[in-house]
Amino acid sequence: MATAAKIGIGSAINRVDGVEKVTGSARYAGEHPVENLLYGYIVEAAIAKGRVLSVDEDAARAVPGVVEVITHLNRPHVAWTDHSYQDEMKIPGSPFRPLYDDRIQFSQQPIALVLAETFEAARYAASLIEIAYETEAHNTDFDVALDEKYVPKKKRSGYVPPKDRGDAAQAFADAPLKVAGDYRLAPEHHNPMEMFGSTVEWHGDGSITVWDKTQGSQGVHAYLASVFGFSKKKLRVLNPYVGGAFGSGLRPQHQVFLAVLAAKMLERSVRVTMTRQQMFSHAYRPQAVQSIALGADRTGKLTAIRNAATTSTSRYEDNMENVVTWGLMNYDCPNADAEYTVAQIDTPTSADMRAPGAATGMTLFEIAIDEMAYAAKVDPLEFRLINYSPIDAMNGTPYTSKALREAFREGAEAFKWSERSAEPRSMREGSELIGWGCATGMWDAQFSKTSASAKLTANGHLEVACATSDIGTGSYTVMTLVAADTLGLPPEQITAKLGDSDLPTAPVEGGSWGAASSGAAVQLACQAVGKKLLKAAGKIAGEPLGGAKIEDVLFEDGCIVLKDTPTVRVPFGDAMRAADLTEIEEEATAAPGFGDMWKGLHKSKNTHSAIFAEVRVDEELGVVRVTRIVDAVAAGRIINPKTARSQILGGVVMGIGMALHEETFSDHRLGRWMNHNFGEYHVPVHADIHDIQVIFVDEPDPEVTPLGVKGLGEIGIVGTAAAIANAIYHATGKRVRSLPITIDKILE
Amino acid sequence: MNRFDYTRPASVAEAVQAGTGEQVRYLAGGTNLIDLMKENVDQPTTVIDINRLPLNAIEELDGGGLRLGALVPNSDTAWDARVEQRYPLLSSAILAGASPQLRNAATNGGNLNQRTRCYYFYDVATPCNKRKPGSGCGAIGGVNRIHAILGASDQCIATHPSDMCVALAVLDAIVQVTGPEGDRAIPIADYHRLPGDEPWRDNTLRPGELVTGIDLPAEDFTKNYTYLKLRDRLSYAFALVSIAVAMRIEGSTIAEARVALGGVAHKPWRSTEAEKLLKGQQPSPQTFSAFADALLAGAVGQCKNDFKIPLARKGIVRALKQAAEATPQSQTDKRIA
Amino acid sequence: MSIAVNSATYAAMPIGRVPTKLTINGETRTRAIEPWTTLLDLLREGEDLIGTKKGCDHGQCGACTVLVDGRRINSCLKLAVTLDGADITTIEGLGQPGKLHPLQSAFCDHDAFQCGYCTPGQICSAQGLINEGKARTREEVRELMSGNLCRCGAYTNIIDAVLDVIGEQV
Repeated sequence: MATAAKIGIGSAINRVDGVEKVTGSARYAGEHPVENLLYGYIVEAAIAKGRVLSVDEDAARAVPGVVEVITHLNRPHVAWTDHSYQDEMKIPGSPFRPLYDDRIQFSQQPIALVLAETFEAARYAASLIEIAYETEAHNTDFDVALDEKYVPKKKRSGYVPPKDRGDAAQAFADAPLKVAGDYRLAPEHHNPMEMFGSTVEWHGDGSITVWDKTQGSQGVHAYLASVFGFSKKKLRVLNPYVGGAFGSGLRPQHQVFLAVLAAKMLERSVRVTMTRQQMFSHAYRPQAVQSIALGADRTGKLTAIRNAATTSTSRYEDNMENVVTWGLMNYDCPNADAEYTVAQIDTPTSADMRAPGAATGMTLFEIAIDEMAYAAKVDPLEFRLINYSPIDAMNGTPYTSKALREAFREGAEAFKWSERSAEPRSMREGSELIGWGCATGMWDAQFSKTSASAKLTANGHLEVACATSDIGTGSYTVMTLVAADTLGLPPEQITAKLGDSDLPTAPVEGGSWGAASSGAAVQLACQAVGKKLLKAAGKIAGEPLGGAKIEDVLFEDGCIVLKDTPTVRVPFGDAMRAADLTEIEEEATAAPGFGDMWKGLHKSKNTHSAIFAEVRVDEELGVVRVTRIVDAVAAGRIINPKTARSQILGGVVMGIGMALHEETFSDHRLGRWMNHNFGEYHVPVHADIHDIQVIFVDEPDPEVTPLGVKGLGEIGIVGTAAAIANAIYHATGKRVRSLPITIDKILE
Repeated sequence: MNRFDYTRPASVAEAVQAGTGEQVRYLAGGTNLIDLMKENVDQPTTVIDINRLPLNAIEELDGGGLRLGALVPNSDTAWDARVEQRYPLLSSAILAGASPQLRNAATNGGNLNQRTRCYYFYDVATPCNKRKPGSGCGAIGGVNRIHAILGASDQCIATHPSDMCVALAVLDAIVQVTGPEGDRAIPIADYHRLPGDEPWRDNTLRPGELVTGIDLPAEDFTKNYTYLKLRDRLSYAFALVSIAVAMRIEGSTIAEARVALGGVAHKPWRSTEAEKLLKGQQPSPQTFSAFADALLAGAVGQCKNDFKIPLARKGIVRALKQAAEATPQSQTDKRIA
Repeated sequence: MSIAVNSATYAAMPIGRVPTKLTINGETRTRAIEPWTTLLDLLREGEDLIGTKKGCDHGQCGACTVLVDGRRINSCLKLAVTLDGADITTIEGLGQPGKLHPLQSAFCDHDAFQCGYCTPGQICSAQGLINEGKARTREEVRELMSGNLCRCGAYTNIIDAVLDVIGEQV
């Protein structure tokens, strides 16, 4: 019997939400049509630290269409305890409370919200508000703050303290070959294309619906319930489409607080959308300095790793990242030590941005590794293989899988690494020096407790639902493919629902755990539906399946099929009719079980990548072009090769930005980010991006997560900037230890 | 954006009549003015929409030049067959700037009159003498990576952001203006000004004057020319340093060379005095270097932009080489010729 | 393209709303518009045509790209009243679900987007690029699409999609 090729896990299909996105019919948070809407416009602090002495609102209130100006002076009651403001991704400290009091903790802090009948009136009125300040001394200079770096007493959830081994200080002192230096990363802002916005619909019965730009509808739901005292049932948060976030939407941003505050106060529907400038008023990737010292013997075998890093945080919360652990995990070296500290500056709390910790710490470490390879006169790829650790070298535990060696092999082959000439400045074409560099990337393979539902109707339509988010990651498509795979239905007959706090529980989407977690939950829910279907089929007269058990059947083309006798097929509809069912709905939860937790203690779970970069640098002028990237990724099972490839492309492009472009400049006298726009905060444009080849290395791993999926959101960025920095060194002979490598650093 | 009166005059005369007054602005493509109004940097009380005025043609001038209407979009100018053939330097410079969408909206007159892209000028929470006289210059001692190395004052270190104007400076363009006191022709070298003690004045337009066109004298710089733009990414970024060169080579010697720099001063930077060093010389790295030193005489960095001085020096030498060898910089192929 | 405007009409209403006729996606609409309303805000808030995106509101990202009389511009930097008589095409006018424009299909097939927020602007920009007829090679398309940022980094797929459509038209 001829059947169409099954579409399921591993099939490269178009994004199921693609048509909505290319036709402009996908509605993002600030785009939901609501009757009688008020527009809120945020007024920000001009100073970095101090107090609001007075607010002159008269001119603003006189603008036709202006309804209210909300400040700390007239806001309605809100919760006051730190505990009430702590969100799903909370950071130890005292969370920022918008419009709470007269205190200013950072420049661009929201200090007033103007509400008007039109966006234009609100914007104009906001410009008329005059604020008098009392200023206090501030510091935004990270280098100054380093004098007071410290280890936070209370550690952030997910923080992994580094584990030392051997005697790194002595081994470094004794090493015949040494590299030591400070490596730096500039502050970066996420800058998703969609600006943070929230539309709050006031229903008039005490309930509200909030469309919010967030990576987790249920996290925002819990936050708003806690801060404003809404009963959970009176509150619904939706984020069906999210225009990128990259970590900036892990925690509720202040526009959702302000929009709900205004709606509650005025008993009206409200929309608040940040401006691009205001996108620099919250989350950013912390500035970092990493002191790395490496020792090796003359064969290129590492003998000592010393890795100490400090990242920036605010005065009010201790944001911590896993910066220093990666190098210790990845390399076989008997002596290693590390320390991690934070330093406070008067900015908002730094935040997770694509591969937090690793994008900083692994990338900078991989630049140092490259230096060590040159010092040892060993090919940089060979150096990584000489010091390859098949196990997690910091924890001494095996990995559930680690196909990094294969990634290096396949990547090097695709890149033609073997044709590289070893000496710096030895490859050129015309006026350009050519450089080839490589680096290793690493991230965690994570899995979080997630629930999903599956509902099959008699017409053969399946709906799967989960409160996860799709921030461009492809969650809709992943859920659809897993459901198609499990119940043997074509994707066209499946609808995936997500981005709604009313749906089965899911964590905020981030950390690359989304596909593994929601995929596993959808699979369980679909399997439960399958069992019900089989039971229903038992009611068919004559029992065509003959009392088969679940392990005796498979689901294919909308039929239950006997494995041993594939000609025996019962359409789902027949089974449901026989049992008099119009629909079957099941909900299931995928959670790391006791067995998994045991494994978790004894095995490490990580993704790896091998990145190869070619740069061309104008010898005289220092203009850099990244002409070729090959990224070979070992990330377990790939659900949809098409969207998976895009995830890696995106990480690589952001890595190119990290390598060459991205840096937020602060005027330390004003304590203010100055290039707070897309004109002067440079992200790569089309012209900057040439060939990028993505390879997924075969890495079957049934242990890591239920589907064998490791996740892809972060791994593309980790190490990419190092491969480029290393290529620039190979091209020019100039080692730049601070990112981004702008033209001035090459010319120096 | 503040409230303003909006008028749409039907003729140039009517526009000029309406155009006097402190806070009156002519609105053309809007790509800079609307932006400034959104940031509350500019708050006109009257906006005169001049988009329908008959200043939207490129016309032949007696003697072989071209007149570019003030309202011709930048992209139409760059892609006009006459401009492409006779003034390829101008086409190249325009195409090096902004983005296709902006070039479609931005006009030639607007390009001349666009204001600086200094961070402080654009952020009303910070000091800026250009925006708010007497408030101080935030960029001096602040974040000044993109700022001027030439012709700055202790009041202002902003740069003029245009690419087009750098080419116009080299082409000795004449700006045609009209105003309450009649028509005037302003040589491009005199059009933009240095900040001095009046940094709020970008150019020498008198109150109420309107740019009607830009005249390009008949010149033959169709072979030995280049526009080389150095910036922080490969497209859609303002110049850190840009160099426009137009050269005439007779035999093996430079009969005439004109060079202007963008991104380094409050106006396109040119020195006819320095250009004498090139005249009559053989193209050579030594000659070009000597010229670069002369053109950059008096250049001072502001700390974060110190690199612009060596970058400009090397860029000038390279651009002269490109022009001399008739290998103008492509604005598409990002490899530097 | 110039339209005769009776200056007296406008002189009579120096402030307030200006009657403006716009043809949007083939449908002519006359609206009384406050002069400080940008085309972008008019489309999104006034006409519920939210396919045109606000990514920066300053002409620095391209998300708001629409076609005015067939030319691509940043709608965030255009006051709507200045476009009286213009023909405007937004993403909604290029194609709809079930009746996709070739660029929209190519974007889907090449996975030329992730979050989708820059996508309508990319597609309108690509249509503008095709109308201009100046880009044929990959390099040319890259340069002339550089006014559209994509933070998800779908650039290579976008260029593949645009080249697909250009190739078909040649």
